[in-house]
Amino acid sequence: MLQALEGSQALARTVALCRPQVIAAYPITPQTHIVENLSRLVADGTLDCELVSVESEFSAASVALGAVAAGSRAYTASSSQGILLMAEVLYNIAGLRMPLVLTCANRAVSGPLSIWNDQQDSMAVRDAGWIQLYCADNQEAVDTTIQAFRIAEQCELPVMVCVDGFTLTHTLEVIDLPEQQQVDDFLPAFSFERRLDPANPISIGTLVSPDYFTEARQSHHQALENALQTIVDVQQEWGQLAERNCDALLNTSGPADARIGILTLGSIAGTLAAAMDRYTDNPATRLLTLRTFRPFPAAAIRQACQGLTDLVVLERALSPGSGGIVGAEVRAAFSEIQDAPRVHNFTVGLGGRDVPLEIYPHLHQAIRDGRGLPFAILDLEPDKLPEAAC
Amino acid sequence: MNDNDTSVDISALRNEQPRFTGIESGHRACLGCGEALAARLVTEAAGPDVIYANATGCLEVFTTAWPESAWRVGWMHSLFENAAAIAAGMEAALKRQGKATKVIALAGDGGTFDIGFQALSGMLERGHNVLYVCFDNEAYMNTGVQRSSSTPHAASTTTSPSGEARMGKRHLKKDIVSIVAAHHIPYAATSSVAYPSDIRKKVRRAMAIDGPTFLHIHSTCPLGWGHDGALSIEVARLAVQTGLFPVIELERGSVVSVMPIRRVRPVTDYLSIQNRFRHLFADDDQARVELEHLQALADHNIEVYGLRGEKADALDSEGANTVQRGGMQWA
Repeated sequence: MLQALEGSQALARTVALCRPQVIAAYPITPQTHIVENLSRLVADGTLDCELVSVESEFSAASVALGAVAAGSRAYTASSSQGILLMAEVLYNIAGLRMPLVLTCANRAVSGPLSIWNDQQDSMAVRDAGWIQLYCADNQEAVDTTIQAFRIAEQCELPVMVCVDGFTLTHTLEVIDLPEQQQVDDFLPAFSFERRLDPANPISIGTLVSPDYFTEARQSHHQALENALQTIVDVQQEWGQLAERNCDALLNTSGPADARIGILTLGSIAGTLAAAMDRYTDNPATRLLTLRTFRPFPAAAIRQACQGLTDLVVLERALSPGSGGIVGAEVRAAFSEIQDAPRVHNFTVGLGGRDVPLEIYPHLHQAIRDGRGLPFAILDLEPDKLPEAAC
Repeated sequence: MNDNDTSVDISALRNEQPRFTGIESGHRACLGCGEALAARLVTEAAGPDVIYANATGCLEVFTTAWPESAWRVGWMHSLFENAAAIAAGMEAALKRQGKATKVIALAGDGGTFDIGFQALSGMLERGHNVLYVCFDNEAYMNTGVQRSSSTPHAASTTTSPSGEARMGKRHLKKDIVSIVAAHHIPYAATSSVAYPSDIRKKVRRAMAIDGPTFLHIHSTCPLGWGHDGALSIEVARLAVQTGLFPVIELERGSVVSVMPIRRVRPVTDYLSIQNRFRHLFADDDQARVELEHLQALADHNIEVYGLRGEKADALDSEGANTVQRGGMQWA
């Protein structure tokens, strides 16, 4: 049924549809509305689960981990500083191969302090061994959250669903929220074989010597690579049920004969799609929206970029001293192939700086000017820099 | 089994054992490790219907070198500072599943007094049905004897060494049980590895309570304290008999019972047999001051908790270690 919902409200109601048994979270802007809405659903009796209001994000992730280990479906959500405070637990959850779902309401990381959107937080933990899915809009966030539980439980890997803070979490959109029966048919009751059970005692999280550690890491790496297919299958299945089709790894739109491509992730995709409709006098452009960042779908990206002469990688994070993060990975994906497109890599929209429609003609100008090779911050206002940095 | 086969059917043997054991032999603890013994006593008393959350530390390391494990109970180690939060999550899950299985968190003093303190406080405040057991060996033993906030005043560790300008640790041992009790949890207690019957009794009490409980067990570390492994129990007993480690029970924040000391010993009896206090016995004015200081701390404990026994008692500091499984007939 279509209804106008704030992103966080839609997400909370979606999480409830997935019947989590334990939710642990700590409030942080811009994730707060998600936990508030979940708390409201529990208080109303709509959502019957153990809601653990912890004293930190570190404990939020730990409680969720403990709950999964004891055999319950668990969920948590955070943002920014919270994600970084969790970082040690995030690695541990993934290394122990515990299936749980976390919503990251993407926000900049301090200092200086910014409560506004960019994707530095989830990028900072990209090597933690989680599946990372980025959502372009709130309908996708709803659909992806439901799929995330299926993917997590099928792959025994944790899944981080990344939604842009404020831009998505605090924005009202018309959402088709699935029926409970639909979700129940799609998502079977939680059953975790490696759970702690007094009748069948096992030891989890033992000390592993150099004799075995490499193999443990390889099997984790392999599990993530194998997850690519699961992500595709699960998306297909849900797409048929919900009658909404999108590509699981990478969404491609625009004319097939385009020579210029723009690859981005998150809500900027919507801005670019709208801009492409408005600024029609620019060269034909292929828009590539990366949904799955971990595991990294290098083959799908190569395929989607066939025929391009120039590719802009537009991202909301920065690796100081290196440049773009996604840009570097996309370039690496092209390293073995002939006639790969030139990759212009731009960071944009840091700390909540607005990314307006006008960015689109600006990008085409940047391509003509040969900017972003290898990297630049697109929306920098140099007059605001301290003198020493100029 | 044929006549030539001398192997033992372990599972059959386990079934014939008179009591449940949560930690098997064959682990890699040092000779005389107080923590290994205390942990075994806890698992025995708690029984099989338990799952464990274990903080990083000696206990985790010496029991689980992959692909081996000494644990015969459901057990998980996550991180150093989150045993209480992991336990809270387990408890929430089991509650949700309608199971009566108890959750026990195990951690050392580093994981309890220091790095895991916040998670512990949160778990207690939220009232999870978790027994949290702290094996207190008074320093970071797993990383090689560095001081913790549980290290006693004047003890020498690798990060609070004694030397020309220092008499070991300059600060006091944190009074963790008072801090824990200030959460007004149903039950908090201290015990010592020297008194197995006391540990068993307190574990059973805690197991019967639906709510957060805390058991603080003073556990000797021959390597870190610098004493012969064979003296582990004697050293632990002297900590109690000098008054340096009061054995007490608190309900909702109030002291409800103490283990009386039948014969109070001077702190030097305890200190002089451990290398970590050796510098206090040099011919040195500062050493004498520190010894007086430690004696004053013991006297203070005896005074505050009323530890001095009035007459011989089967459960006092001389009697309690003679109480055997099955009753007090030997006491």
